[in-house]
Amino acid sequence: MIRALSITKGIHDWLYSIMSENVAHFVEMILIALVYLAIFAIAGLFLVLLERRVAAWFQLRIGPNRVGFKGLLQTMADALKLLSKELTGTEKADKFLYNLAPYFVIITALMALAVIPFTQDFQAFDINIGILFLIAISSIGVIGILLGGWSSNNKFALIGAMRSGVQTISYELSIGLSLLTMILITGTLQLSEIVEVQKNGWLIVQGHIPAIIAFMIYMIAGTAETNRAPFDMAEAESELGAGFHTEYSGMKFAYFFLAEFINMFIIAAIATTVFFGAWLSPFGITESIPLLGVFWFLAKTMMLVFLMMWFRWTFPRLRVDQLLTLEWKYLLPLNLMNIVIMALIVWQNLTIQF
Amino acid sequence: MSYFSDIYKGIKTLLTGMSVTGKYFLHSRKGAITQQYPDNRETLKMFDRFRGEVIMPHDEENQHRCTGCQKCEIACPNGTIEIIWDRGIDEETGKKKKKIDQFVYHLSMCTMCGLCIDVCPTDAIEWGQNFENSVYDRTALTRVLNEPGSKLMPGVED
Repeated sequence: MIRALSITKGIHDWLYSIMSENVAHFVEMILIALVYLAIFAIAGLFLVLLERRVAAWFQLRIGPNRVGFKGLLQTMADALKLLSKELTGTEKADKFLYNLAPYFVIITALMALAVIPFTQDFQAFDINIGILFLIAISSIGVIGILLGGWSSNNKFALIGAMRSGVQTISYELSIGLSLLTMILITGTLQLSEIVEVQKNGWLIVQGHIPAIIAFMIYMIAGTAETNRAPFDMAEAESELGAGFHTEYSGMKFAYFFLAEFINMFIIAAIATTVFFGAWLSPFGITESIPLLGVFWFLAKTMMLVFLMMWFRWTFPRLRVDQLLTLEWKYLLPLNLMNIVIMALIVWQNLTIQF
Repeated sequence: MSYFSDIYKGIKTLLTGMSVTGKYFLHSRKGAITQQYPDNRETLKMFDRFRGEVIMPHDEENQHRCTGCQKCEIACPNGTIEIIWDRGIDEETGKKKKKIDQFVYHLSMCTMCGLCIDVCPTDAIEWGQNFENSVYDRTALTRVLNEPGSKLMPGVED
């Protein structure tokens, strides 16, 4: 189950020496949960800052640069401000569901974070159906959005939530199928073994043409999955106010906001793991130092996150019918065709291996 | 097969768009158009067409170009300009002549429409570049544009 990280072996042994096995196991789980919560908060705040700076540079602005060194504490200050704000809500809202929705969104994001291999052994939960788990978890996240939109009893929130539902259900297919294309090469769903396979060359190189097509489809569908522009019809500030989180304020809004950015990180992290060799360094230059894997993993993930930000600040928002046309008439048939090509390539052993 | 050419065109146009924004991203350091305002107060220069307030320029000998014709007062749609004038003896000709005593300008009522400046036959008033107009008391927004003791620049009326 929960594998003790080799980095923290000392703590593990010490915990087992001072208390009984069950208690130590429990304490360890709590500690790991706290570490992941910290990663969640720091990564979320950092990504918000990155988004704002990148957006500013795309628009020839400067961006936040006042709070802390070069504006590094800006999002910290924003989070503090949101913490101190009043939690408002509509009078006729379904209070229970209204309060539950942000936790749905945030818990699914956290659960997805648990299976991502940051480096060798730095993975809280290495199950043998890793990819399936990730796909399943990422579709549970939309329930939080639907609940939030429904329970706040506001027409804009409801429209936003329904659009988000339509979008996520459609694009789930593309995400699943494009990952399935890569599973044909790896032959396993377990993330640590997928990384192992890539020691002979990253999968985007191994699978060449169909892998690149699969990667493009994955990035498009992933952007849609996280409800970001150009697929941000769930929020569409020019049409719906703020979409599903119109009625949320203070920390509940911040949960939705952070979860959106963590979801973007997760989509990029899955792409890194499946297409770009996760924590493996290019050409194995730092293979002897396993801790540097974190650096390589984060560097690749940040590149993909930047790509998604680039999409956001370049493309205009799609209409709902265009969104569905793109998925059902283009991405899905291409994806199915791509799987057949990939199957042929794997069958004929045409993959490029080093 | 317009299906595949549509896909090709779609990808091509998306990449064109991304290359445009990518260029902006790379040049943002040099080309940032943001003014970091309170920091660059000394070097900040507003652009030529900026309409901050109406001013009356004076030369070194404290002379202005306003003849007191009141065309600006008539042109102003909301009574921003009030000219208090008087008749004085002209030194050269010895005749009685109209001259301004006070050119009163109510900034609080001005909509920056620019009709007064357009209509002025002697270019006595023009746009100023000042934009820091917040004051604690609105009486500070009523200004007398001609300097005390100033007089008409010779040759303006010819």
